[in-house]
Amino acid sequence: MKSEKQYIDLYQAQRQLICDGSAAVMNAVRDRAMQTFAERGFPTLKDERYRYTDIAAAFAPDYGLNLGRVNIPVNPREVFRCDVPNLSTDLAYVVGDKPLFEKDIPYVASLRQACIDRPDLVAKYYNQSAALSPSLSERGLRGEAFLNTAFAQDGLFVYVPRGERMEHPLQVVNILRSPVNMMVNRRVLIVLEEGAEATLLMCDHAMDRVDFLTTQVIEVFCADRSRLDLYELEETHTSCHRFSNLCMTLGSDCTVAHNSITLSGGLTRNTADVILRGERSEVTMNGCVVAAGQQHVAVSAFAGRILVRQEAQKTTSKETNNNLCAADTARVYTQPMLEIYADDVQCSHGSTVGVLDQQALFYMQQRGVSEAEARLLLKNAFVGQVIDQVRLEPLRDRLRHLVDKRFRGELNKCTGCALCK
Amino acid sequence: MLEIRNLHASIAGKEILRGIDLTIRDGEIHALMGTNGAGKSTLSNVIVGHPAYEVTEGSIRFNGQDLLQMKTDERATAGIFMSFQQPVEIPGVSMQQFMRAAVNARRKAQGKDELKASDFLKMMRERRKLVEIDSRLVNRSVNEGFSGGEKKRNEIFQMAMLEPTFCILDETDSGLDVDALRIVAEGFNKLRTAETSALVITHYQRLLDYIRPDVVHVLLDGRIVKTGGPELAQEIENRGFDWIKSEM
Repeated sequence: MKSEKQYIDLYQAQRQLICDGSAAVMNAVRDRAMQTFAERGFPTLKDERYRYTDIAAAFAPDYGLNLGRVNIPVNPREVFRCDVPNLSTDLAYVVGDKPLFEKDIPYVASLRQACIDRPDLVAKYYNQSAALSPSLSERGLRGEAFLNTAFAQDGLFVYVPRGERMEHPLQVVNILRSPVNMMVNRRVLIVLEEGAEATLLMCDHAMDRVDFLTTQVIEVFCADRSRLDLYELEETHTSCHRFSNLCMTLGSDCTVAHNSITLSGGLTRNTADVILRGERSEVTMNGCVVAAGQQHVAVSAFAGRILVRQEAQKTTSKETNNNLCAADTARVYTQPMLEIYADDVQCSHGSTVGVLDQQALFYMQQRGVSEAEARLLLKNAFVGQVIDQVRLEPLRDRLRHLVDKRFRGELNKCTGCALCK
Repeated sequence: MLEIRNLHASIAGKEILRGIDLTIRDGEIHALMGTNGAGKSTLSNVIVGHPAYEVTEGSIRFNGQDLLQMKTDERATAGIFMSFQQPVEIPGVSMQQFMRAAVNARRKAQGKDELKASDFLKMMRERRKLVEIDSRLVNRSVNEGFSGGEKKRNEIFQMAMLEPTFCILDETDSGLDVDALRIVAEGFNKLRTAETSALVITHYQRLLDYIRPDVVHVLLDGRIVKTGGPELAQEIENRGFDWIKSEM
C-alpha cells in the first residue's frame, strides 16, 4: 500500500484545503470515495483487467497538486489556435481542472460554479454513475476513479435541458501546464435531458516538458431520445500519464457516438462503462491508439466486454478490435469479451493482430513509392478505419491530417502544440 | 534498353532461372511464352526487384545502369513498370493518394517539381479517359472490390499516369474476356511511344493479336530455349510446347 499511502495521507492533511477550493456538492461525496480507495487500494497486476497496467507504479512518484488553486498563468489564445478549419465551435479551455471561458457559452459552466449556482441539479447527477458506486463496482476496479472523486475540485459541467440543442459543437481544450511534475484530477459531468442534443470535442495537450499524471472521470447521463457525439483526442507527450474513466448511462431511444483517439502520450488508460437502461438506444464507440515508443517498446492492450442481461432481448452488438504492429517490437494484448444472458440477440466479437501487408508494400514500391512512404500510406489507411467513422466532416479531415503528421514524426513536439500549426 | 546476361535466380533456395540471356532494344516488343512453372513470372519479378527472389548469378542492365543494385522503387522511378498478374487490393488507400505519391516520386527522379494538386487532378482525368476507366473506380481504394477486368484496366491506367519506358505485361490477358482484353491492349498501344519497350508474358496468341511482338521467346525450365519472330507465337498456338521440348 506504499503507493496509496501518500494519497491517503495527503487527503487527511489537506482535506480542508481541498474542500475550500471546491463546492459542497463535490465535497459531500469525498470522504466516502477516499474511504473506498483506502480500503481497496489500486488494482494490482493480479486483477484481470489491470494485467498490463501497473497502476500503483504510475501513481508512486511524488507529484505536486494544485489544491490551493494557485492561478496558473496561461493565455491559451497565444499558444493555442486549435480551431478545426471549416468547423464552427464554441471554445472552452480547461487548465488543469479549471475552466477558462472567453465568453459565455450556452449550456456550459465550470462544475464548481454549477455546484454553487444550481446545487440541486448537480447533486442529482454528480457521482451517481453506477460504475462509480462502491457497492456495485467490482473489487479491484477503478481505484483511480475513487481517487479522482476524493481530490477533484473543479471541471466542466454541460447541461442541455429537455428538447434543446447545442448550436455549435463545443470544443474543450484541456491544457496541462506546470513548471514541476504535477497531478491533475479533472471531472466532467454531461447531462442531456429528454430529446437534447450535443456535440463535444475534447482534446488533451501538455504545454510543459514535465511529468503529468491526469485522472479524469467523465460522467454522462442521456435521457430518452437524446443524442450525443463525444470526441476525445489525446495529443500529449511521453511523460504524460492519463487515466480516464467514462461512465455513461442511457435511457431509451438515444443515439450516442463516442470516439477516442490517442495520437501521442505516455501511459494512457481509457476505460468506458456504458449502461443502456432503456430500449432502442444505439451506441457506437470507436477508438484508436497510436502506441509508439522511441526508447521503450510499444504495448497496447484492449479488453472489451459486452454484457447482455436476460431482459435485453433483441440486442444487436458488434465488438471489434484490430491491431497493426508496424514494428517488430510492438506488443498487443486483446480480449474482446461477450457475456449474454438473453436468448434472442445478435452479437459478434472479434479481434485481429496483423503486420503491414507485404504484397501491398511491394505493389506500391513497384510504382515508385518509397518503402517509407508506402508504409505510411498503409498505416494511415489502418487508422482511417476509425477516423472515417467520425460524423463531423471537418473534424474527420483534420484528424486525417494529424494522423499523417503523427506517422511522419512531426507531432512529437507538444510544447507549442502541433495541432495549431 | 534492357540487357540480361546469364541470369540465375532462386526462391526459397530453389533455383528457377538457370541462365537467361535477353536483350531488348528501345522500341522493341518481346513476347515471352512458356509452360506453367517455366519461370516467366520469376523473370518479371526479378526485373522489378521482388524481395522474395534471390539473384545468384548474372547481371541486368537497364539503360546502362546496374539494375540489381537498385531498390524496387528506384527501378520504378527509372521507368520500369509491371502490370501485375494479380493486382493487389489496398483497402483504405485511395487511388488518388497512391497515384499522387507514385507520380511525384517518378517526377522527382526525373528532376521535375511535384505536380500541383489541380494539375494532378487534371492529369488523372485525362489519362482516365484515355484508357476508358470509370471515374467511380478511380475514386475508390486501390483495386478494392474491383472485378478481374477492372483490375487489369486499372493497371493500364497506372501505366498511363507513370509513362514508363519499359513495361512488363505479366499475363495481362489472364481472366479477361475478349472485349476487356481488347480495351486493355488498345490502351497499351495508345500509350506506347517509339521508345517504349515491353516484355509481354502470355500463354496465348490472343493478346499478341493486339500487341504485335517483334521477337518471341520460349522459356522452358528456366532457360530461353527458342527465339523467333511473331510466327513462333502462332506456331505455339497451333502445336503447343511439346515439339520444342523434343527439339532440345
